Amino acid sequence: MRNLLFLLQKEFRQIFRNPTILRMILMMPIIQLIVIPLAADYEIKQISISVVDQDHSPYSQKLVHKLTASGYFQLVEYTQSYAKASKTVNNGNTDLILTIPQHFERDLVKSNKAQLHLAADAVNGVRAGLGTAYAAQMIGDFNREVREEWMMLPKFNEIPQIEITSANWFNQHSDYHLFMVPGILAILVTMVGCFLTALNIVAEKEVGTIEQINVSPIKKYEFILGKLIPFWGLGMVSITLGMVFAFLIFRIIPVGSYLTIYAFSAVYLLGVLGIGLLISTFADTQQQATLFSFFCMMVFILLGGLYTPIESMPEWAQWLTRINPPAYFIKVIRAVFIKGSHFSDLTPDFLAMIGFAILFNVLAVFNYRKRSA
Amino acid sequence: MAQPVIHTHQLTRKFGDFVAVNAISFDVQPGEIFGFLGANGAGKTTAMRILCGLLSPTSGEATVAGFDVYRQNEEIKKHIGYMSQKFSLYENLTVRENIQFFGGIYGLSRQELKEKTTTLIERVGLHEEADKLVGSLPLGWKQKISFSVAILHRPKIVFLDEPTGGVDPITRRQFWDMIYDAAHDGITIFVTTHYMDEAEYCDRVSIMVDGSIAALDTPAGLKKQFKATNMDEVFLQLARGAKRSDG
Amino acid sequence: MKTFLAFITKEFRHVLRDKRSLLILLGLPVVMMILFGFALSSEVKNSNVAILDYAQDDASHLLIDRINQSQYFSVQQYLHSEAEIERVFRQGKVRLVVIFPQNFQEDLLHTNHVQVRLIGDASDPNTSNIVSNYASSIFRDYQNELSDNKKLPYSIETETRMLYNPQLKSSYNFVPGVMTLILMLLGAMMTSVSIVKEKETGTMEILLVSPMRPLLVVLSKAVPYMVLCFIDVIIILLLAVFLLGMPIRGSLFLLLAESLLFIITTLSLGLLVSTIVDSQQTAMFLSLVGFLMPALVFSGFMFPIENMPLPLQIISNIVPTKWYYSIVRAIMVKGLGFSYVIKQTLILVGMTVFFLGVAIRKFKIRLA
Repeated sequence: MRNLLFLLQKEFRQIFRNPTILRMILMMPIIQLIVIPLAADYEIKQISISVVDQDHSPYSQKLVHKLTASGYFQLVEYTQSYAKASKTVNNGNTDLILTIPQHFERDLVKSNKAQLHLAADAVNGVRAGLGTAYAAQMIGDFNREVREEWMMLPKFNEIPQIEITSANWFNQHSDYHLFMVPGILAILVTMVGCFLTALNIVAEKEVGTIEQINVSPIKKYEFILGKLIPFWGLGMVSITLGMVFAFLIFRIIPVGSYLTIYAFSAVYLLGVLGIGLLISTFADTQQQATLFSFFCMMVFILLGGLYTPIESMPEWAQWLTRINPPAYFIKVIRAVFIKGSHFSDLTPDFLAMIGFAILFNVLAVFNYRKRSA
Repeated sequence: MAQPVIHTHQLTRKFGDFVAVNAISFDVQPGEIFGFLGANGAGKTTAMRILCGLLSPTSGEATVAGFDVYRQNEEIKKHIGYMSQKFSLYENLTVRENIQFFGGIYGLSRQELKEKTTTLIERVGLHEEADKLVGSLPLGWKQKISFSVAILHRPKIVFLDEPTGGVDPITRRQFWDMIYDAAHDGITIFVTTHYMDEAEYCDRVSIMVDGSIAALDTPAGLKKQFKATNMDEVFLQLARGAKRSDG
Repeated sequence: MKTFLAFITKEFRHVLRDKRSLLILLGLPVVMMILFGFALSSEVKNSNVAILDYAQDDASHLLIDRINQSQYFSVQQYLHSEAEIERVFRQGKVRLVVIFPQNFQEDLLHTNHVQVRLIGDASDPNTSNIVSNYASSIFRDYQNELSDNKKLPYSIETETRMLYNPQLKSSYNFVPGVMTLILMLLGAMMTSVSIVKEKETGTMEILLVSPMRPLLVVLSKAVPYMVLCFIDVIIILLLAVFLLGMPIRGSLFLLLAESLLFIITTLSLGLLVSTIVDSQQTAMFLSLVGFLMPALVFSGFMFPIENMPLPLQIISNIVPTKWYYSIVRAIMVKGLGFSYVIKQTLILVGMTVFFLGVAIRKFKIRLA
């Protein structure tokens, strides 16, 4: 016990004298919280559209007007030449090309049928999908309006209509920041727990002070606790700072209880600290430790649903999610922040996290040897 | 004859097929200054790490301070001191803080720590530097402080791994004065070095070549045996036949 | 020249000897390609849905079946009352709840009007939006089928074509992104850390008194990473073509040449950082925050640049990754030629010259 106190005293002294760590703890939350949510706006705001109008009839122009008036589209080009529009899309300056062929209006009136052509820059599949969906919707509306206008449909609805009403729960204003911020807090905690810990221990390896410890009567568990406790503390500090900045910058506060957040953070941190410890037993240089940590974190976080939904992943990847600690924490922190989930809603996740904490720390303790075999 | 502080018999360490330490046998008596010489790659660091409890032996016997290296490794650590090549002190802690830490984990009480700190500072000649970060001190002082910290808890034996690397001759001389003082106090010194002139300062010297002990005697004895005027010549004669050497 | 080669050989040995780092440096692109190519997708699939069916008639059952059959949805639960909705959201079990009113089929057939309620967990507003759209389209299709019996005049038919990426594969977007990321990480971070490590351990002084111009000493450290980067580019391209089935539409030579240019850009950036920084930890921290994050955020592959607020858009212009990313996309996915990427190429060249210039000057100042 006495040894542990000496270790902690030394560790805290060193941490407070290390400007890099302090800077990291302080600045990383700020920078990440500011830049990423601001940049990460997936909402497809304005789709650029080029119109190739070879008809120039009143109705072709009406169609174009309808598209531009909708607010979904920004007309970047109105031309008669497909070649020109083609060049524009090659340059990446437009998302969609709508081609209205010659005799569009005439065909519609005389032969009851007319054709339009849509070409989408599908390099970004989602954007192309949404863009064509919106366009199809507008064209469908336009078609209906034309039909009603020319046919004088009776007031009574002859066509069956399913009216869909959608309600958005928890995030009334579709605020993407609200979604991103808790995710970033999760990354923050993961980085502090895993990366900093691994780096710190490996730095001692590199400098040689770990040898001095290995040669001394300090017990294995004393050494490990001596590292776990301070960095656990740092982790808890970083999530607190993160939440403070989330409030200051975005006015985002959790709907759920802080106690739940801290309870989960505490256990989650133990898990990622274990991972960091484990990494430190495999790496000999700080360079290796950085690479390993970065690699692990990237894979865990990407597969953890931070950026793409877990349901969209194939079976095998979804299976991996079950043994992916960050996946649980990301889910939990979002749930508590945005939906106000209670502890009772998330108990299975809590148990999983306890499991991780035990697993990784046991592995690390097992792997760490004072004496090389 | 008192029980040897270090006893090895056919101590061997292999890394795969490579035999780093090849069945070495020797004893070190209490209070001795025992020099463990050899070229780089001869196996002396490996042997020392086994004795310190940093590396497991592959086969053979060894006891340190009376404790068995296989079964009582942790017990050994309470009775030894160690100074590595890198002078492993914490660079971003002050001298005082380093002493406090290392003294503490070796079981010194607060009172003892206080006394020893004062003595150490006096001996090394520090004064204000005691509260400076170790990283800011010149190499010579780091080395002396490192040694003093290693013997803070009055271990039975202290292991020194190439302790004088990179320092000027005057500082080296001063360092050896400290070693003499410690030996005088009853601490056995086990020192590895590749500076052949330092071999002259030891009571007995062993020279390792290719993993085996090629010679073990007092410096005078070795010079007579190899008809050499200094230890350099002794070493050259032995090293000529060596397969493993620098680089 | 011979000394320079000797230094390069030594540096190569260092890098090759560090098998663990090598494993990650070569393995990371492979893993990322597999992840992005097979696992990650921003497209919505298998979204968890819960149904609250008050109607329990043929029509509602038919629609529920269609929802379940659709690749976009996976029906997880059947609820019995609206009170259950909040809990099921809070537990994170479903993303969408579809509520069929009583008498769904009856109302639809007899009054031609019925209302279906969709309630979405809008935590992730984007996915929620897309999910609602997909659900709506299932209903719309059904509606159109019903009305198909009455043939309508004045129909406009739209023929849709997807350019460059007919199957809407998201890999086409990610592969250039992976290339950008890996090169930035390797080139900039590893180089700077490797040089700074030498500074830290003090062996830099030893190198600097060697009979070779100090600048060449430092450059010799960059060379192995340059080779590693290039190998990574090849690995990524091979995986893209053979594992993911993605074609390289444009000129391979141009692609490789531009990649080489970008590698040199990132190496110069790494060099620049190494002249400012004194400890490995700081180098890594700076690399993570200064390189990696901007590379991820500002290249345009994860987050669309057009949507960013103006100040961030401006910042994205000074980050080299954005330009390289657009070059790779243009050549690989769109099959365009040099004339389309001249502007980006020149910008990259300019940046490289700038980074190198500043790095050299700072280096000389330090030595003086």
